Amino acid sequence: MDLQVFWFMTIGVLLAGYAVLDGFDLGVGILHLGAKNDQERRIFMNSIGPLWDGNEVWLVTFGGALFAAFPEAYATAFSGFYLPFMILLFCLIFRAVSMEFRSKRPWPAWRGFWDWSFSLSSALAALLFGVAVGNSIQGLPIGPDKEFAGSLADLLRPYPVLVGLLAVSLFAMHGSIYLHLKTEGELQKRIRGWMWHSFGIFMVLYILATIVTLVQIPWAVKNFREMPWLWAVVVLNVLAVGNIPRAIYLKHPLYAFLSSCAAIAALVALFGAALYPNMIVSSLDPSWSLTIYNASSSEKTLRIMRLIAFMGMPFVLAYTAVIYWIFRGKVELGKFSY
Amino acid sequence: MSLDVVTLSRLQFALTIMFHYLFPPLSIGLGILMAFMEGLYLKTGDRTYKRMAHFWTNLFAVNFAMGVSSGIVMEFQFGTNWAAYSRFVGDVFGSALAAEGIFAFFLESGFLAVLVFGWDRVSPRVHFFSTLMVALGAMFSAVWIVVANSWQQTPAGHVIVGSGLQARAEIVNFWAMVFNPSSMNRLGHTILGAYILGAFFVMSVSAFYILKGRHLDFAKKSFKLALIFGAFSSVLILFSGHKQARTVALTQPAKLAAFEGLYQTQSRAPLSLIGLPNDEKEQLRFSLQIPGLLSRLIHGDSSAEVTGLDAFPKEDRPPVRASYLLYHGMVILGFFFIALTLYSLWLLWRGTLFEKRWLLWTYVFAVAGPYAANQLGWCAAEVGRQPWIVYGLLRTKDSVSKSVPSSHVLGSILMFSVIYLLLFAVWIYIMDGKIRQGPEEPGALPKKEEEGWIRTAARLGRSGGESLTQAHEEN
Repeated sequence: MDLQVFWFMTIGVLLAGYAVLDGFDLGVGILHLGAKNDQERRIFMNSIGPLWDGNEVWLVTFGGALFAAFPEAYATAFSGFYLPFMILLFCLIFRAVSMEFRSKRPWPAWRGFWDWSFSLSSALAALLFGVAVGNSIQGLPIGPDKEFAGSLADLLRPYPVLVGLLAVSLFAMHGSIYLHLKTEGELQKRIRGWMWHSFGIFMVLYILATIVTLVQIPWAVKNFREMPWLWAVVVLNVLAVGNIPRAIYLKHPLYAFLSSCAAIAALVALFGAALYPNMIVSSLDPSWSLTIYNASSSEKTLRIMRLIAFMGMPFVLAYTAVIYWIFRGKVELGKFSY
Repeated sequence: MSLDVVTLSRLQFALTIMFHYLFPPLSIGLGILMAFMEGLYLKTGDRTYKRMAHFWTNLFAVNFAMGVSSGIVMEFQFGTNWAAYSRFVGDVFGSALAAEGIFAFFLESGFLAVLVFGWDRVSPRVHFFSTLMVALGAMFSAVWIVVANSWQQTPAGHVIVGSGLQARAEIVNFWAMVFNPSSMNRLGHTILGAYILGAFFVMSVSAFYILKGRHLDFAKKSFKLALIFGAFSSVLILFSGHKQARTVALTQPAKLAAFEGLYQTQSRAPLSLIGLPNDEKEQLRFSLQIPGLLSRLIHGDSSAEVTGLDAFPKEDRPPVRASYLLYHGMVILGFFFIALTLYSLWLLWRGTLFEKRWLLWTYVFAVAGPYAANQLGWCAAEVGRQPWIVYGLLRTKDSVSKSVPSSHVLGSILMFSVIYLLLFAVWIYIMDGKIRQGPEEPGALPKKEEEGWIRTAARLGRSGGESLTQAHEEN
């Protein structure tokens, strides 16, 4: 395996890690306004309290790794998505501080403001992530100088918006399953209903998005013809999605959660498989696309970075596992909670 | 000044990085003090130290959340606004940034969860270990970002591949890049600056309590610990600063000349204590200076020649007035910290420190000093590097994103300004509230056996019940 492929996959792993982990806390944010009273809203926020920060580090590291391994793709993508990306940053800022500030004062107006800002910024962030993925699949107007040559309207076409909505429903479902694990009693019973609803909405959008992709974007399946083993990812994806309602029905919420983690990881893998070997597809002329070869850093940097990744990743996985272990179990509100 | 993309992008970068840099230095400085406090608690069993660790961790958490959320912007802003720069430096700069994520951010964020939420979930030793790891993680993140920035100041370990618009830097020697001529010096200086801020922050809050006659034992212990640490750091940073100025003289002579307002190359160069550079006349006005001292400080010989700005063509000179004022502001503040902390140490030794109300009031407000000094120092470093973004290799004006129109940048600046202003106000308000509320009184702290999670939860459940009705009204 050459270094560029290794880094394409590593970045995919970081993105999948981010989507799986921050996915559920974005989902909790999307569902936040569904909580009926202050106590429930505190439970929602505290269910992700110790975890969201570490989850977001996956995104930061994804950004750093993309910058280091594929600087051209990093530069083109983020300058091309300028305004949506700025709005995404505002959402991430507001999400973080909403959680931090909400419970610091008892006044209803104060808490209400941060509740709304937490929920809206979570939903908008999920939507924008999906829009970015949709745009990457559909291709962007990239000129011969590797620069984005379109306008804001080019980024908000129907297909990317559909993928954006799919992301919102996916994270809402993921978040509801997570909340089911973290809550008890009457609240948990209500969340059980949300799991079914969000799964239903997700299924509709999932099928719709699959059909549109197959019909409208023929090159997305090109790799699947050339590399038939990729169908294993498709099968895994379908099995994982199918196992979610089964596990919910059989009252195995942990299996449902693991299935939805697997489904998200498989969706990211499918996204990568559809793109490969491109990073950003030019809709103007395929030869202007940024590929993992013409957008990458030097071999030397990729090799050094691989060493850094091999040294660092075991620690990262160990911390993540330890933190999730320490904060396992139902949410209990205590004096150290939000 | 016209509002072109370059100016606007620089404005936005300045705004976002200066806002961000309000928080990390306090995290670094406070983190290490918290580790001291918790270590002392484990060693002595004195519960005051536990209350100290507790209280300062509480403030640390709010500060840290602000640092994380404003820091995400920084990680991506190179790509959004400085695409040409990103293409040029990605090979070198990106690896430092990625290492920062993998080595530092995961460490910090993982253990921060234990630090803030884990008091009742893990043993005191594990909690102390987490505090150490967070303090260490905060320093690691300084390591990588300062290395990356130092490479921009004194590039090393790279080659330039391609030419014109296609040119870019590629690594040939990773360790030469990491240990470039200025990185270790600048790292020490940055971290010491953060330590001073941490110390002055603790002293400011503690002095306030002492003046108000509240939490006296807590406040005095905190103050003493911070004072010793602050005095130590303030003195050390003088040496680190001196060493760094010599490096700048060797590696970035135009920057040093701008810092010192030295227009003409000369032997027996004077050190200007205060003054105001005038670019049209190319002279330093109203200057109070000591002849030969600059030559002596830099070359160890008061008759040695120091390169002035006249050795550089006009288009390669940094803005002199801004560099001079920023740099001198930082240096004057540095001497103020040394004087203040050493004088206080002397009073502490005499046993009269906590009777000097004027001095305690000085400390309440003196925390603004290290905040300003940290900002001024970084501004001086960055302005003094101009017109280069990577010294001698790439100019700032050639570094912005081509596909981003100035109206978009203007829009995002406005949004950042509004949001940051709001956040800043809320942050001040929350910190102020926490400080007014103060640490918990002895005895209020639940002992593990007496009041575990369930009873605490039940107690809070009751208080949650009150706001429950309020929440209904709101809906």
